[in-house]
Amino acid sequence: MRGDRRLLLALLAPGVLLAAWEAVALLLLFTGAAPESRTGLGAALSTQAPVLAVWWLAAAAAAAFGLYRLHAVFVAGADRLADATRVLAGDPQAPAIPPQGNATLRALAEAINTLADRHRTLRSDMDERIADASEAVAYQRDQLAALMAELEQGVIVCNLDGRILLYNQQSSRLFASCGGTVGLGRSIDALLDPALIAHAREMLEQRGAGGAPAHFVTGLPDGHLLRVGMAGVRPAGEGATAALTGFVLLVDDITEEQRAHASRDARLLTLTEASRASLAAMQAALDLMDYPDLAEDERARFQAIVRDEVSAMGRRLEALAADTSEDLKGRWPLQDMLGADLLAAAARRIAATSGDAAETDAEPGLWLRVDSFAVISALAFLAGRHGAAAGRPALRLRRAEGRAHLDLLWRGESAEPAPGWQTEPMQVGDERLPLTVRDVAERHGGEVWFGRQREGSDRFVRFLLPLASGAPQAPLAPSDSRPVYYDFDLFRASAEGSTLDERPLTGISYTVFDTETTGLDPAGGDEIIQIGATRIVNGRLLDGECFDQLVNPGRHIPEASIPIHGIRPEMVRSKPPIAEVLPLFHAFAADTVLVGHNVAFDMRFLQIKEAVSGVRFEQPVLDTLLLASIVHPHETEHGLEATAARLGINLAARHTAVGDALTTAAIFLKLLPLLAQKGITTLGEARAASAGSFYARLRY
Amino acid sequence: MSATVLIADDEPNIVISLEFMMKREGHRVLVARDGAEALEAIRRERPALVLLDATMPVHSGFEVCEAVRADPAIRDIRILMLTAKGRETDMARGLGAGADAYVTKPFSTRELLEKVREMLA
Repeated sequence: MRGDRRLLLALLAPGVLLAAWEAVALLLLFTGAAPESRTGLGAALSTQAPVLAVWWLAAAAAAAFGLYRLHAVFVAGADRLADATRVLAGDPQAPAIPPQGNATLRALAEAINTLADRHRTLRSDMDERIADASEAVAYQRDQLAALMAELEQGVIVCNLDGRILLYNQQSSRLFASCGGTVGLGRSIDALLDPALIAHAREMLEQRGAGGAPAHFVTGLPDGHLLRVGMAGVRPAGEGATAALTGFVLLVDDITEEQRAHASRDARLLTLTEASRASLAAMQAALDLMDYPDLAEDERARFQAIVRDEVSAMGRRLEALAADTSEDLKGRWPLQDMLGADLLAAAARRIAATSGDAAETDAEPGLWLRVDSFAVISALAFLAGRHGAAAGRPALRLRRAEGRAHLDLLWRGESAEPAPGWQTEPMQVGDERLPLTVRDVAERHGGEVWFGRQREGSDRFVRFLLPLASGAPQAPLAPSDSRPVYYDFDLFRASAEGSTLDERPLTGISYTVFDTETTGLDPAGGDEIIQIGATRIVNGRLLDGECFDQLVNPGRHIPEASIPIHGIRPEMVRSKPPIAEVLPLFHAFAADTVLVGHNVAFDMRFLQIKEAVSGVRFEQPVLDTLLLASIVHPHETEHGLEATAARLGINLAARHTAVGDALTTAAIFLKLLPLLAQKGITTLGEARAASAGSFYARLRY
Repeated sequence: MSATVLIADDEPNIVISLEFMMKREGHRVLVARDGAEALEAIRRERPALVLLDATMPVHSGFEVCEAVRADPAIRDIRILMLTAKGRETDMARGLGAGADAYVTKPFSTRELLEKVREMLA
């Protein structure tokens, strides 16, 4: 605005000067003339006044026009060139400067583009070398991530502040049931009782390096029971006295285990008491039958009591036995496995240990619930032990009355395996296992026996194994963009001793979000219909940790707005209302700074819903629209698309909340180095500059 | 010597035997099937002895025992608790509730009768 006023003054200045010039000329003319001719001159001049005025106006206008052209070319053009150069300096991938203005400026733009090209080449050279060096590190990290993904336990690694540096999917699933969110840079205190963590840490510190990990059991609000093992992380090579730099949590869900224990105990207690009562009734009846003077009908009554109690005890034992075998199945870590895969693996093992190639014949599509290692070891052991004399073995798998028969067959006549095949410890190759064939059968709640084919002379050892219940569990579907699960740079990050405003912009965790709404007037009844958000931690966009939620607005969605956001009424009908969604989003955004494009609009909607949702968003807020206007003060268009294009960002799915949030996050990350060039490096400085920027004065 | 004895147990098979034994001893026998019935019978009939099962519907034997000891009108009634709960903690609970004797099921009839005679003496 100030620039415009200066330009206006500059354009008026020649007019004023020309007017003064003309006035001085008239004055000289007037004073130079003889006194008697002055009256005539005055009269002549005053009749010619309009001509003079028009003459002056034409000259002033011509001068102003010339000045305006000069300003457009040299001042505004140069300013724009300076802005574009700054963008190029901060981001070599930004588009080249289009040559504009006069020849000098065009030449200048070309020179800058050449310089940027050189810079770009140099940078890509450097990037290549860095990429090479990082590849080895990334490989190790990927191996670690793959290992952690395979673990059955939840793993969470934290720094001393309790910020999460690394976690696996199992851990986020464990906590998801009670609404806890596991995410990089989030605090572990939000998931587990801080007092427990502090206590376990104290124990770790007392025990020193190499000490046993600390264990505790804790309950989640939804009743789940977790067993947590906590081990300290100490810098390598600093001996046993090194201070902790972080800790690793191993989390097991023991709810089911605990429930099984408790129900087993309860069943045992009930059985004991019921048996005592039955025994008491029988004993009393038997004692009384010894009385010699008993009448016949009385004796018959007591006999009936004994019979009745005996059959009651029988029924109770039957029920207990049925329950217990169900239980046994759950106690071993049995896995679902396709029968054909199990046979193929067993055949490979047999071939490797005894050199016999076993034929396999599995009923297709049969899934077993097995401890595959134990079963394969048992088959290889039996094939080796018995097979040497019996000829080539074969493997066969068939479904049989709700279970599976897994047979190890020998063609033709063959004697029964030597005694002890069920009960001696298994030896496969050089390996001796503390398990017997009988153990393996019992582990599966099944059986094992030696038999003979009804037709033909084939002999076999048959395992009775459980089938997988229901459909096989699908392996975790890999998400499209590989989620980022680790960030060891957080080890160095510490919030201690610096308030948020003093912290560098690059070291803060952000939640970048966007909303889609039914319209533009929150006070007039327009509602949020979608919230999308992503996170930035340590300068990295975590596009694997997104928040994406449709919201039932509780009102109709105007037909005119549907082409903009693509959300139709039937899509939100079954979705939760804003009062349920906002607390979830609040938890997602906990401990972060909020970022949005033109965020005042979104914040207005959030504020209006404070009363119904019961949550307030009190954290600092940054607006990429304002930040962009600080970086490009001479541009007039700061919409999401224009800003993204200017910074060389490819648009994600436009006008879905998550898509816009991802675009905003990319803009924000590109703006950070440009802001640093302007001396804006901390959150406090960014907020102050935003407040002072021109667009901040346009309030909603 | 004839006295009134209340048998409070929800298992009919044991009640038949206990009733037979007490009648042979010459006592008048009352039977209650649950804790509430037992309390009502104690208040109404003031028996000399109650054979009280610990696990019963409505009120457990422990609760009945405590209620009896808390009521001055009937607090002196003798109570023998019969129970299938055999753990030491259960026995402590029974005596804590104020039972005069505690017999775990199964029991020998002879010993039980001796104990009853002793308590009614």
